[in-house]
Amino acid sequence: MEAYLSTIIFFLIFASFYSLTTLGLNLQWGFTGLFNVGIVGFYAIGAYTSAILTGPPYPDTLIGGLGLWFPIGFIGAMVTSGIAALIVGFITLRLREDFLAISTFGIGLSIQLVALNFESLTRGPNGMYSLPRPLSGISESNLVDNILYLILCLAIIGAVYWAFERMVRSPWGRVLRAIREDETASAALGKNVFAIRLQSFVVGSAVMGLAGAMQGNFIGFISPQDFLPIFTFQVFVMLIVGGSGNNMGALLGGLVVWGLWSFSEQVIGAVLPATFNTEAGAVRIVLIGLILALALLYRPEGILREKRIVSREARLS
Amino acid sequence: MLSIVDLVKDFGGLRAVDGVSFEVGQGTITGLIGPNGAGKTTTFNMVAGAFPPSGGSIRFDGTDITSWSAHQTFREGLVRTFQIPRPFSRMTVLENLMMVPQGQIGERFWNTWFRIGAIRAEERRLRDKAVEILDFLGLTRLGEEAAGNLSGGQMKLLELGRALMSDPKMILLDEPGAGINPTLLGEIVDRIAELNKRGITFLIIEHNMDMVMTLCHPIIVMASGKLLMEGSADEVQTDSRVLEAFLGGAVDDDAEATVG
Repeated sequence: MEAYLSTIIFFLIFASFYSLTTLGLNLQWGFTGLFNVGIVGFYAIGAYTSAILTGPPYPDTLIGGLGLWFPIGFIGAMVTSGIAALIVGFITLRLREDFLAISTFGIGLSIQLVALNFESLTRGPNGMYSLPRPLSGISESNLVDNILYLILCLAIIGAVYWAFERMVRSPWGRVLRAIREDETASAALGKNVFAIRLQSFVVGSAVMGLAGAMQGNFIGFISPQDFLPIFTFQVFVMLIVGGSGNNMGALLGGLVVWGLWSFSEQVIGAVLPATFNTEAGAVRIVLIGLILALALLYRPEGILREKRIVSREARLS
Repeated sequence: MLSIVDLVKDFGGLRAVDGVSFEVGQGTITGLIGPNGAGKTTTFNMVAGAFPPSGGSIRFDGTDITSWSAHQTFREGLVRTFQIPRPFSRMTVLENLMMVPQGQIGERFWNTWFRIGAIRAEERRLRDKAVEILDFLGLTRLGEEAAGNLSGGQMKLLELGRALMSDPKMILLDEPGAGINPTLLGEIVDRIAELNKRGITFLIIEHNMDMVMTLCHPIIVMASGKLLMEGSADEVQTDSRVLEAFLGGAVDDDAEATVG
């Protein structure tokens, strides 16, 4: 019984990392139409920032080992991911939208290469280990520790969800959608398209960085292997399946698709002989692609559709 | 109200607008007509700030706005609509209007966390204003409908509504009558006349001569990038230069009747 509970808690903690990242993407893609395909880059920046701020000293790194309190690590993660987004966005958001896609794709790949090669900052392929897990050691039991961490994750998601709902269901959110629908008409109506897009891009990326930090400090170990391009693809599938343009849909999409992904590992592991272990990974990626295709064909609006009325006050009666 | 002096626009080797000067008096509904390629929409685009002129000057309400961009002229109270309506399709009709006013408190995202009460009060004010405009345009029952589901004519009314949300001094209408059924056209003509009585100046590009002749005074005629003449509906209809520009020379009684 306790083993089952432990597995479920562990699953939900991981789902919360994905759900939070999907929430960040929803602000960018779902509401503003910004095609960010470098999600994993911003996620990795957050994880490494928190590792440097909260981690123990290592004999072979320049900085780090600061051993700071975890909220400082999490906030630092948001700040550095946000600054990275500010730089990328400032250069590309004035241009046609394809430029954002190409440059974020490049960022996603190059951040991983930096992590792999800048050994005096990130310890390269050896990774950063013994990162402190928030709220651990309060009890003797590992299960209780995990439950406490899950509560922390849910509290963070709750706070971000509240903040995002306030943002998107307001005049600011209305301008976001107007820009997504028709950039030229928005500009003709006196809106500063560039500034608002940049705000959306930076805030969304900061939340991705926060999710990365939450993962790194939970596992206690990060290495470049944790930040592969497949992650970006997974998060996009989560958003499409859950409902692009609906914050609750984004959270739900993270949970559902992560559930299918984890479940498929069990099933494929049980069905395929052990000698096909390598192929099993490929089968799962095919499965995710299949889910995306089916979602686009049969329910393109996602599990939860976008609300047509943006602002709470924008009703006739 | 609006004064244009020696306006010129070159596109590469093509001179689309060639030294045009005219005035739009305050409180008028001025018509701008001319055959296709006369430079009407180009003139419009320069006035509304879509692109700067190659030469000449534009003054609006005493201010030089010659090379201003679209959002600057918009803030000055000079608003344009598009020849092809550009609604925000997946937003409601009501919110298409509510997004228009400038400098809303709730357009700064941090205010959405810290100034909840102020935004709510502002939103109610905007909603009431938008509903008033929808009532005026006869679109109220479509208020919560997605703007993309409106008919072409209703979209034109919606564009007019968006322009009105900014309390403009002057509205530039680019072919408000194009592709509209006669009933809705009468509706649009009535609304424009009513708004004009309330003090808004209009400059209208239009090909529908019935609409121009009943609504506009004075009427400015352009042809081949130049100003041809300016006058009342009667003067324009009887001017041989105008008939020549529209019909390319062969002026007989039948042709005259068509233009009239």
